[in-house]
Amino acid sequence: MAIRVKGLWKYFDHFPAIRGLDVELELGRFLTVFGPNGAGKTTLIKVLSTQIGPSQGQVEVGGCVLPGQADRLRRRVGVISHNTYLYPNLTARENLTFFGRMYRVPDLEERIKMLLEEVGLSGRRDDLVRTYSRGMQQRLSIARALLHDPDIMFLDEPYTGLDQHASRMLRDVLKTLHTGERTLVMTTHNIEQGLEMCDEVAIQVRGRLVFRENVAAIDRAAFEQTYFDHVGKDFRWDS
Amino acid sequence: MEHDTQAAVAGGGSSGGGVTTATTPPLPDSGRTLWFDILGVAAIVSVLVALYGAIVWAPTEAVMGHVQRIFYFHMPSAWVALGPAFTIVFICSIVYLVKKDLRYDRIAGASAELGVLFTTITLLTGPLWAKPIWGAYWTWDPRLTTTLVLWFIYVAYLMLRSSITEGHRRARLSAVFGIVGWIDVPIVFMSIRWWRTIHPTLVTGEGMNLDSSMQAVLLFSLGAITLLYVFLLVVRVRQLDMGSRIDRLRQQFHLR
Amino acid sequence: MGFLSQAWIIARKDIIGELRTRETILSMLLFGFLVILIFNFGIEPGLREENLVKPGVLWAAFTFAGILGLNRSFIAEKENDCLQGLLLCPVDRSVIYLGKFFGNFIFTLSMGLVVFLFFSVLYNVNLAQVALPLGAILVLATIGFAAVGTLFAAVSVGLKTRDVILSILLFPVMVPVVLAAAKSSGRVLDGVPLAGAGLWLALLVVYDVIFLTVSIMLFDYAVEE
Repeated sequence: MAIRVKGLWKYFDHFPAIRGLDVELELGRFLTVFGPNGAGKTTLIKVLSTQIGPSQGQVEVGGCVLPGQADRLRRRVGVISHNTYLYPNLTARENLTFFGRMYRVPDLEERIKMLLEEVGLSGRRDDLVRTYSRGMQQRLSIARALLHDPDIMFLDEPYTGLDQHASRMLRDVLKTLHTGERTLVMTTHNIEQGLEMCDEVAIQVRGRLVFRENVAAIDRAAFEQTYFDHVGKDFRWDS
Repeated sequence: MEHDTQAAVAGGGSSGGGVTTATTPPLPDSGRTLWFDILGVAAIVSVLVALYGAIVWAPTEAVMGHVQRIFYFHMPSAWVALGPAFTIVFICSIVYLVKKDLRYDRIAGASAELGVLFTTITLLTGPLWAKPIWGAYWTWDPRLTTTLVLWFIYVAYLMLRSSITEGHRRARLSAVFGIVGWIDVPIVFMSIRWWRTIHPTLVTGEGMNLDSSMQAVLLFSLGAITLLYVFLLVVRVRQLDMGSRIDRLRQQFHLR
Repeated sequence: MGFLSQAWIIARKDIIGELRTRETILSMLLFGFLVILIFNFGIEPGLREENLVKPGVLWAAFTFAGILGLNRSFIAEKENDCLQGLLLCPVDRSVIYLGKFFGNFIFTLSMGLVVFLFFSVLYNVNLAQVALPLGAILVLATIGFAAVGTLFAAVSVGLKTRDVILSILLFPVMVPVVLAAAKSSGRVLDGVPLAGAGLWLALLVVYDVIFLTVSIMLFDYAVEE
């Protein structure tokens, strides 16, 4: 099991962002989590990727128990979110070099060159990130996340704010990542993009998973209706 | 009954019961208990007795006259502020960081509030006493000056707390500052002491002759003020505990 | 790669970023100069007691200008949530603290040197005589300032009242540093050899050791979520 979560609760003050959530994911599988705003998807990603600790419950990712063994896990985790984690006053190359050193990536220069080519930014590698468009910054942040060749990746609404070019590039990157050796968890609003490449599907509403299936077992065409059914059932305007 | 709350009760509690999280121990009974009443009565009575002892019963000091009587409250206040009040902030800060139990944070916050209160009393009574005797409100006496810096440190602590709304975050950040602040105090004292020995002041902190009955009053007053501090601390922590419980209940039933 | 070199990489990243825009270092310097200037107008030059006041002015300027720099060191991390990106790296939190500390130390020290030069011009200080001892005091004071300042900057960076709260938190805790620095530099300016101010230097060293240690231990709690 790459991910094993049992009875996860996360409180912010007294507000339960995650309420008794259970989820399991085998190694090499790609899970997409759908859900409306406020469902706690980002919180879930943050807990799984060691950014925040659980209030209650058991969390085990990549064989490491969180939060105690978070240090051991960090080396193997890559995160792509709508925050780019990029320093605006440094160049693309400087950004990647910096994080590469933090992750102790071997053959760093070669790797940076390769990644920049893969995301189509080789030509602008010595420009300050401040001068990049949103799409370019997101592409660079993908390169950043892949520097240390993580075997577990978390993508929190990665398509947000991407132009066509960057969207297509992200899709291509995800295709190459999804090799069966890498475990991926993605959250998204977009049903089409979400269903495209995943192995398993879940719907999160108000802090819990209310639906969980292999993607092969669902009717893609009707999934949108399924989604609204589940979200509608538990949907409340005041939460 | 909320479908959600039923499902949410971890380990099957009773209907209508609250969800207790792993991070908070069961709260104490919110009703008044006997020892609480005894503590309160003892505190108030002993302070009144101390007042009587200080103002009426104790003999007048030979050199300073009646003004010296302020000392019976000045010194105990200083002791409570520097001693138990802020040390409890320090200890509870450490315990919170280790255990992540918000109760300790509430105790720390309450103790800091009382600490600022008693520090203020110390800073007000000190000059009141100094002026008639030495002719100046402020003499840069090391102990009083350290108390002044202490005041600033713990007011800063309270301001930090009031600028964060989220419980655990506030607890964590104020614990960090509470620990640093307390460690700083002895260093502040030493540095100001050295400063004043190099430029000796016109006046010294002592110069008082206390006979045995005056010492008795002083000791009694010390005990009384300490008791008062403990009582107020319990009252305040209880208040904060109840506030927390109300917040939690409110949240569970989706009230805003 | 030892943890010290990783800390240095973090510091270097901060320095490179800052040198690109130079905003913060320039505002620090300007502010430092202005404080000295304003104090100067409040005090009659050539006063007999001038020597008693001069060191205070220098260290007040240093402290106020230093706070500007401290705030900056974490604001840059807030953009694009970089701090979170850094926390995701398999790097010990103490290493991150040390890196930030080094960066702040270098910025504040540079500011201190330039401000001191400005100060010595205004007050006709014989540089050759006092440069080395004052330099030593500056280094020790900057270590203490940056040690606690880095920790408190991490604490205050997420708060709404960020700029003000950092000053409120830091100034009282800095009292021993400012006192020791002002008193010892006062003696040096009076022509006393450095050994004569030994007690104050010892205080600075003790302060630095204690608070560097405490800050390293507490930094984790200041940045975790």
